[in-house]
Amino acid sequence: MARRVRPGRSGVALVIAMGTLTAACAPPGGDSPQPQATSAAPVSEAPTCGTAPVTMTGYFETGFPLPKELTTEFTKQHPNVTWDIREDQFAVLTQNAPRLLADNPPDLMRLPQLSELVKDNLMKNLDGYATAFGWDKWPASQLEQLRLGQGGRPRGEGSLYALGLNMSMTGVFYNKKLAEQIGMSAPPATLAEFDTLLDKAKSAGITPIVQFNGGATGGLAFPLQNLMASYGPSGPINDWIFQKPGATIDTPSNLQAVQHLERWIKAGYFQKDVNAVDYATMMSRFIDGQGLFMFNGDWESGNLDKQMAGNVGFTLMPSAQEGGKLATMSAPLTFGIAAKAKNADCAAYFLNWVATDKRAREIGVEVGGSRPLGPADAYMPEVAQDTVTAGTLAAGADIAADNGAMDFIANATGAIYAKGWTPQLQKLVAGEQTPQELLKTVQADYSGQIEGN
Amino acid sequence: MTRPAGARSVHRRPVARKLRGTRGLVGWLFVAPAFAFYAVFVLRPIALTFQYSLYEWDGIGPSTWVGAANYGRVFTDRDLFESLVNAFQLIVFFSAVPVVLGLAVAATIRRIAASRLALVARTVLFLPQVIPLVAAGIAWSWLLASTGVVNQLLSLVGLGGVTRAWLGDFATALPAVGMIGAWVLLGLCTLLLLAGMSKIDPALYEAARLDGAGPWREFVSITIPSLRQEIAVCVTVTVIAALASFDIVYISTQGGPGNTTMVPGLQIFYLAFADREVGTASALAMVLMILVIACALPIQWFAKDNNR
Repeated sequence: MARRVRPGRSGVALVIAMGTLTAACAPPGGDSPQPQATSAAPVSEAPTCGTAPVTMTGYFETGFPLPKELTTEFTKQHPNVTWDIREDQFAVLTQNAPRLLADNPPDLMRLPQLSELVKDNLMKNLDGYATAFGWDKWPASQLEQLRLGQGGRPRGEGSLYALGLNMSMTGVFYNKKLAEQIGMSAPPATLAEFDTLLDKAKSAGITPIVQFNGGATGGLAFPLQNLMASYGPSGPINDWIFQKPGATIDTPSNLQAVQHLERWIKAGYFQKDVNAVDYATMMSRFIDGQGLFMFNGDWESGNLDKQMAGNVGFTLMPSAQEGGKLATMSAPLTFGIAAKAKNADCAAYFLNWVATDKRAREIGVEVGGSRPLGPADAYMPEVAQDTVTAGTLAAGADIAADNGAMDFIANATGAIYAKGWTPQLQKLVAGEQTPQELLKTVQADYSGQIEGN
Repeated sequence: MTRPAGARSVHRRPVARKLRGTRGLVGWLFVAPAFAFYAVFVLRPIALTFQYSLYEWDGIGPSTWVGAANYGRVFTDRDLFESLVNAFQLIVFFSAVPVVLGLAVAATIRRIAASRLALVARTVLFLPQVIPLVAAGIAWSWLLASTGVVNQLLSLVGLGGVTRAWLGDFATALPAVGMIGAWVLLGLCTLLLLAGMSKIDPALYEAARLDGAGPWREFVSITIPSLRQEIAVCVTVTVIAALASFDIVYISTQGGPGNTTMVPGLQIFYLAFADREVGTASALAMVLMILVIACALPIQWFAKDNNR
């Protein structure tokens, strides 16, 4: 006879099992000791990597050779330092960052948006190192985006929590051959001129702009933010990104920018399938000569110089007014030190070395294609004049002169890109969203996310 | 069981109880290893997910008790609720299409069962089941791209007007994702149904034919009723695949454009790992689990009931 367990008994067993499983039912996050906020430990003299053998742990981004080239050169100059480096796609790195910094802190890490990491006390406060190494005497704009207030907000002021390996620069790349075809002899000086060029390209049967906007990547945020800075000052946009109290993205000049972008969409200046184009497709199309302009950053300079040698130019987005101030997205390639890093001193020494060593600065320009950080009068490597790298480096100087560096509107909060900009811009392309509502919706998302934190 | 009476029972009862006790203990011992795994890897995560769903927590820092507020958000936040609606729309493509088509295909293959073509057809149809979903997603996103094979074929037959980036269009993205799922699941359904068909007593068909039934009549009156259980299994598996879909969507559209293909599985992932709202993600996960059970149980019950 098959024996049946009485339901009562198995029920009791289940309850006991579940009880032991959720033992004590302590609220999540309370079981491990919370890391305390690291205050700037006073550093009496500039630290070094010493002479004893040391293995540094690094967590870098896949597909970007610069950090590894730098660590290799560093080991050449400092043979006692070896590197144990792990690499991941940026999306993976972003998702893993908090847990990794808490459980298995690397000495040096490529970082996503900093606010939440600082809020959870996962990053080392670098103020002490800044004084010891003299970083505080560098142009303030280089470090502004890496400064955070108590608890991670607002950004743009407060203590230093990371450093850049270089300062990336965004703008408009153009295909020189196609530009010649439509009679473009010089980059546009005003937004109106830019519009005329786009229209000429369209009439000539050339795709005016190749851009990505598919899947979870709303790449139209690049032209949009450039248009915002064309129509209005960059200061309020930065305030919004830095989560300063009362900041809003829903301003009259930003509305003009979104309306302008909508006109571009309706005029057919982007490809018809832009909502299905990812970043890699955009790059291959541009390199293939399938479009005149592309909004992108100088992290591609080296790549473009190699793949379209002599055929690619770079210009900053022109202002709506003739002679108006120039501004663009320009952000440090952010690297930080985990709060619980074992070799924090050596990591800080490395970051300082990247900005000050002659060879390191050369690698930064050759491999990274961007302007290295460091003192204003620091050594600048020579670059061949007809390369796009030379163009992006020169643009860096122009932006510095106009104090026009902005962080990305996609970086305002951890979720604003995925939840706000990307779906809203895709809707704008499909004609399912109006410019007014787009800004209102993004602003509402932004407020909700800030309150929720 | 009749109750033994008198002194005999007094004498025997403790022995019986003891025997029963040890037998019970041995039973539990046999179950223990499997149960331990089940408890640690299934029950514990479910219990923890439920616990997290009652807190507001970023995964690292301290958490705040919010009670059922996260569940309220699942049903009031338009983005979250729409992802549930999308999942139900996917059922049409993930379940209805493969099961109906699978029945037709299986019936056809069965008619030509003796030929070599049947083997080829079976293999080709089952192939998608062997390919990793990620590879299927990538291959299909190429096929469905604006310059992909699908559009090339359409242009070739003079339908150039309807070509578009199927996965990037608000109107077609969800059906396009659904078709990928249908393609993957068709093989599984066909094979299951084919196996079920081979169990049907040929005498039934013979009898029907003697009574003058045509192929359609045979199919409706014999094949389908005999396959009730297999159909129920197909529907259960595919409905769960639709509601809990993740890989295909993640690879082909990542929820875009404009959230038109956002499904709960993807939303949970984004909430937990991108937005770091572990509480809301857990609440949505619990809701999804209950929905899956609520959809799967009636189907199971339906199949069992008919078997009696």
